[in-house]
Amino acid sequence: MSDRTTPSQTVGPFFSIGFTWLERVDLTDGTTPENTVTIRGRVLDGEGRPVPDAVLEIWQANSDGRYAHPEAAAELLASETFWGFGRVPVNDAGEFCFRTIKPGCVADPDGTRQAPHLAVSVFMRGLLKRLVTRIYFPGDSGNDVDTVLGRVPTSRRHTLIARAEDSQRKMLVWDVHLQGAEETVFFDC
Amino acid sequence: MKPLQGYRKPAPGTQPEYLHPPYASSVKRAPTQPLVTLPGTLSEITGPTFPKKIVAPNAFDLTRQHKGEPIGERIVVSGRVTDANGRPIRDSLVEIWQANAAGRYLHKWDQHDAPLDPNFAGVGQTFTDEDGHYRFVTIRPGAYPWRNHPNAWRPQHIHFSLFGPAFATRLVTQMYFPGDPLLAFDPIFHSVVDEAARNSLIAKFDWATTIADIALGFRFDIILCGRNATPMENP
Repeated sequence: MSDRTTPSQTVGPFFSIGFTWLERVDLTDGTTPENTVTIRGRVLDGEGRPVPDAVLEIWQANSDGRYAHPEAAAELLASETFWGFGRVPVNDAGEFCFRTIKPGCVADPDGTRQAPHLAVSVFMRGLLKRLVTRIYFPGDSGNDVDTVLGRVPTSRRHTLIARAEDSQRKMLVWDVHLQGAEETVFFDC
Repeated sequence: MKPLQGYRKPAPGTQPEYLHPPYASSVKRAPTQPLVTLPGTLSEITGPTFPKKIVAPNAFDLTRQHKGEPIGERIVVSGRVTDANGRPIRDSLVEIWQANAAGRYLHKWDQHDAPLDPNFAGVGQTFTDEDGHYRFVTIRPGAYPWRNHPNAWRPQHIHFSLFGPAFATRLVTQMYFPGDPLLAFDPIFHSVVDEAARNSLIAKFDWATTIADIALGFRFDIILCGRNATPMENP
């Protein structure tokens, strides 16, 4: 059994020519507007400078915690249109913004319940392989018992939880710090 | 309830490290803190699936997307996508992008003093078939200079982006060409320390897919992460 998987290589500086056709910054797919959240932020390098050539990819469950995938414990119904996929570029100032729905708790097949979260891949020039991180939701009671957050040192956990800009928690901010005191937690996927 | 069957990690040395100082851009962008190991959850063993209708029928042929024929050496690039257990990756999206024959990308930030080709955008997509095979028709890309170090040139390459069946299997890589003298000096290619893994990024010239009087064939097989044979430990 070979684990000689094909090596990753950087997306380089010009990946947007290949990625633009599948950009998706609105993941809501016609779901009810009351569930929607807007998440914006910046990608910053080790000197705190905005990264103008990055892209985020989002993978998430729907508001019931179900993934549009055949292996999900409870797969989406065929009639449901929620993809759960987003491809979100940054602008020249390193800023991104996307609209989605807050996912439900995900029930893993082994019985674990995960707090609502988005799985995120980050690609850019300078990264020889993608970075994997997550976005959690502020004020969600599930965060305190989430298995993945539980593996993260307490002092760094806040880098994975978006900040609310409004009392309804509809407008969220979440930044990617590649390095520095506020370095975002990245996962070995 | 059943245990999760996760994806195995690649063998040591077969993937680049984030920090690779000879590749200057990695220095201020590579994380400095240790990665946190994910326990393996439903979020990584699922992943996006795309309806085939999102890809145009001619998107696999980068030489037929414009009014005229692009300048350059026409090539067929094909191969098979499998997982590390040898199973075909079926019906899976593959994206490519590349420079034109003169080594110029159709990108607003590409300052290389080389001509754009009005008949070549350098972007393609396709899906693998039932047996994991994919096929593109394109133009051999030119080498181009970059600012990594004095007189730096990237070897000819085509960028590949693959999703596979799960979030865990996502891969973006580059395919290189056999015999390219620039490979020996390229810090991105040499970010992979395992020689066999590194050389797996070099396509092979392939008579079987070469079309007489039309195009040379190159074969580039791709291996994505494979599933664990047994359920993963979830301490």
